[in-house]
Amino acid sequence: MIQKGNPDPTELELQTKPPDGRPQAEQPRWRKDFPIAWPQDEWISRRELTKFIVLTSGALAVGQLWIVFKSLIRPRGRPFPEEVVATVDELPVGGAKTFTYPPGSPPRLLVRTGRWEFVAYDQQCTHLQCPVVPQVELGRLHCPCHDGEFDLKTGDVLAGPPQRALPKVTLEVRGSQIYATGIEENLG
Amino acid sequence: MPVPEALEFFVDPARCIGCNACVQACMECDTHKGQSMIQLDYVDRRASTMTLPVICMHCNSPTCAEVCPADAIKMTEDGVVQTARKPRCIACNNCVLACPFGVPKMNTRMGLMMKCDMCYDRTSVGLKPMCASVCPSQALAYGTRAEMAALRPNAKAVNTFQFGNQTLTTKVNMMVPLHTRTDHVDVTAAMHEPTIGQNMLEDVFDDVPVAGDA
Repeated sequence: MIQKGNPDPTELELQTKPPDGRPQAEQPRWRKDFPIAWPQDEWISRRELTKFIVLTSGALAVGQLWIVFKSLIRPRGRPFPEEVVATVDELPVGGAKTFTYPPGSPPRLLVRTGRWEFVAYDQQCTHLQCPVVPQVELGRLHCPCHDGEFDLKTGDVLAGPPQRALPKVTLEVRGSQIYATGIEENLG
Repeated sequence: MPVPEALEFFVDPARCIGCNACVQACMECDTHKGQSMIQLDYVDRRASTMTLPVICMHCNSPTCAEVCPADAIKMTEDGVVQTARKPRCIACNNCVLACPFGVPKMNTRMGLMMKCDMCYDRTSVGLKPMCASVCPSQALAYGTRAEMAALRPNAKAVNTFQFGNQTLTTKVNMMVPLHTRTDHVDVTAAMHEPTIGQNMLEDVFDDVPVAGDA
């Protein structure tokens, strides 16, 4: 019978007999790694546990360093093209539309907050990428998934789980056309 | 708590009367959720009324566990092969196909292989398994070796089986005629024999003495 605790049951004879009938020393290594005996299967040696902890925390550290490295080499201040995203007449005051800028980007949200006032943000909530809904009369953007609230004027977080403000698309109105000129990512 | 070593399981197919009591009693066991794990096999239904109950033999080299790709079938320290562990079982049916005795049963609704575990909740505290406690002819008997020797003077317990090239030693004993010269039962000996009208005894115990020989 195999006792729990000492001695290490993985060092003992296998409780079950391998089907080929050869002695334990001639058995492949996986047989020790996947023993049929329940106590041997549940046994975790100090060495195994240490290995697991070192490897997983090492992987975590490497991942974090990778993220830092990526953010250091990421190109910043890349000039954005100017693009027409809407015309002024297209939206009533309080109206909204989605667009992509630059083309192929995740959807952005353009909101007409006043007669000559337009704002545009990422449509994806910075928490878990749910689309936000403009609530112009309340002056905010609402994320229905977890009740996140963003300021419609600045994109800052007002309430809820999001930690970062919505990236803002800078706009310029020239004549009857609305141009997107860039993206401000406020990582505050 | 392990199953006491002095108590052993003895299967004697010759005593089985086919009453199905074990099959019904098995459902009462708490370890497999109301499902019967015993199958009552009809040896040659057309020619004979002979039946035999199939319970897990609890091999020391459990083929079901050997073929399990998910490492789900485990044997407790007392040599009882347990139902697949639910978090691991992937319901692949390998064990069902591989078992020499045809014991594991796949519960497709639960996605879990369940098998006879010798009523682990009962035997581990010294009680008889459900089937042995109801069997009227004691074809399924649970007790000490001494008790068995006294009760069955014409039989001996064999727990070695030949399955192809694999020799299995089992925790559960099979009762065979006392004067059989072989010390093992060949599980697959009669596999290719047409069943109708065959005398299977001759194949399984290759040298059963004729009457008066012993």
